[in-house]
Amino acid sequence: MKVILYLIRKEFLQIFRDRFLGKAIFAVPVVQMLLLVPAVTFEIRHVNLCVIDRDMTPASRELTGQLEGSSFFRITRKTFSEEEARTMMHRNRCDLILQIPEGFGRNIARGIPVPVQVGVNAINASNAQLSWGYLNGVIQNYNLNRLKKGAGMPAGVQLQQVSLSNRYWYNEMLNYRHYMMPGVLGILVLAIGFILAGLNLVKEKESGTIEQINVTPVKKYQFILGKMTPFLLIGLVDLAIGLTIGIFTFGVPFQGSILLLFLSSAVFLVGVLGLALFMSTFARTQQQFMFTGFFFIIVFVLMSGIFTPLESMPLWAQKIDLVNPMAYIMRINRMIMLKGSGFHDLRNDLLALVLIATAFTTLAVWRYRKTA
Amino acid sequence: MEPSRRACPEKQSFSHMQPVVQALGIGKSFGTTVALRDISFEVLPGEVFGFIGPDGAGKTTLFRIITTLLLPDAGEIQVMGFDVRRDYRGIRKNIGYMPGRFSLYMDLTVEENLRFYATVFGTTVEENYDLIRDIYSQIEPFKHRMAGKLSGGMKQKLALSCALIHKPSLLILDEPTTGVDAVSRAEFWEMLKKLKAHNITIVVSTPYMDEATRCDRVALIQNGRIFSVDTPDHITAGFSRPLLQVKSASKHLLMNALKKYPGTLSVWPFGEYVHLTLRDVLPEEPLPRFLERHGIRDATLMEAKPGIEDRFLELMSGAEPVPEYRKEVNDDQP
Repeated sequence: MKVILYLIRKEFLQIFRDRFLGKAIFAVPVVQMLLLVPAVTFEIRHVNLCVIDRDMTPASRELTGQLEGSSFFRITRKTFSEEEARTMMHRNRCDLILQIPEGFGRNIARGIPVPVQVGVNAINASNAQLSWGYLNGVIQNYNLNRLKKGAGMPAGVQLQQVSLSNRYWYNEMLNYRHYMMPGVLGILVLAIGFILAGLNLVKEKESGTIEQINVTPVKKYQFILGKMTPFLLIGLVDLAIGLTIGIFTFGVPFQGSILLLFLSSAVFLVGVLGLALFMSTFARTQQQFMFTGFFFIIVFVLMSGIFTPLESMPLWAQKIDLVNPMAYIMRINRMIMLKGSGFHDLRNDLLALVLIATAFTTLAVWRYRKTA
Repeated sequence: MEPSRRACPEKQSFSHMQPVVQALGIGKSFGTTVALRDISFEVLPGEVFGFIGPDGAGKTTLFRIITTLLLPDAGEIQVMGFDVRRDYRGIRKNIGYMPGRFSLYMDLTVEENLRFYATVFGTTVEENYDLIRDIYSQIEPFKHRMAGKLSGGMKQKLALSCALIHKPSLLILDEPTTGVDAVSRAEFWEMLKKLKAHNITIVVSTPYMDEATRCDRVALIQNGRIFSVDTPDHITAGFSRPLLQVKSASKHLLMNALKKYPGTLSVWPFGEYVHLTLRDVLPEEPLPRFLERHGIRDATLMEAKPGIEDRFLELMSGAEPVPEYRKEVNDDQP
């Protein structure tokens, strides 16, 4: 026990003696939270719209007027030339092209269904879907109004219809910051733990100090524990810093138990550190470790469900995510913070994390051989 | 090539004692490269046992096997009665190892390094301070300095202190004097001599042949093979031929000329001299005339007393290609 404590003490001494690392440990969570949480958002404002109105009747103008009135759309151009509209989209000046055909007003008055054409710039797929959705909403609304008029109903009288009103649970305003923050906290803990711990071990290899340690009676488990504990603590401190910033700067609500959040992050970290130490036994230089480590981090994060829901991934990807610790902590963090889920609700995810952590750590201890 | 002689008969007084290191037929390969082949030797309690050989001879590989950092492919080796494969824990508790490359923490201070190694060996600096006093006291004034900022000689003293802090009964030093200035090298050997008084057995390697005389016994190692194991005196005595030392203002021309002389067996540069051995049957033309014919008129020839290096060179050049070997020019040895 005394040996482990001394090993841990030595790590801290070295980390805080490193002028850059000692500060970076505290700067990274601050910068990452302030940068990533507000920057990553799916909300769309000001979809640029180009309208080709070949009809020019009061009916068509009513439709464009409604679009103009919505806060999402900004009509950047009205033209009669399809060519021009295409060029606009090509140059990124508009995201949507709405074409109203000639005879729109006349046909609509006769009750003949009229097609309007919408072209969507799908370079950014999620943007395209969302703006199409908004536009659809506006057109539906327009139809409803026409229906009322056609039925000869005086203004103010309600049309008999099923009206749909929705409520977004756990994030009423669909605030993307609330949605992003728990995920960013996961990324923070992942990056800090993975990179610091892995590089640390490879550095000992590079400088030959590990050789000197290996001829001492220090046992494998003592050595691995001595390497993991400092970075576990640093990871949890960074989590606390990130959480504080999130709550006080962005007003993200915290519904659940802070203790549970830290507990699950600790389990997650053990897994991450185990994997980092395991991988560092293969790397001979810090460069080699960084290269492979970077790859793992990207895969873990992009497949974690932070940007896209896990359920919409292909089945094989979901299978891979069974061993992705990031996928679990992403879900756990969101459930605890936004929904207030308790231990009972998260027990399966937690159990999976415990298994992953045990597996990775076992691999690390097994691969770390004192005799090369 | 001579067969390797194990435990030498002259050390009768030691022979009843259990050897500290006992190696029999050690072999180790890395891929297709054979690093060690059929290495056998014994290190007796209390002696300074030296491995002398050029770079790449296999010294470091052998030391990594003795210190349990590497497993041999073949052979048996016991260190203080512990088998390197099965009882490596027992070995690690009782040896002090100083790798060839400085392997302490550069970003910890002198004192922190020493305390760290004391702690991981389950002891304290105070407990064994007596053992390292002579060595450590020289760097103690700099105990708050980062190890990375020490000079070469001071790093070496710190490394030795750290290797000794748990009072090992066997000290293994891999090329401790490589890259260290001549004064520090002499100092270092003095320190080792003092450690003998504490009953510590020392196994040391060096590429400097002149350091062989500092050891009680030496093993000559080259290309992964041990050529001979004996006391320095016995090794020197093995040199059987008359040795000449030749001197000329132009050493380079002299060497070239000597190499061309039909009666020459070997030529080695030796400080300001050239050491020369001749064949039993000499050509008609005497050497002085031959040299004159090759434009060297100032050559002086003298009979020389062979040193251990001459014997090493004779042994090593037996069959294998002649190795590059290092010899300090500003040699402080007598």
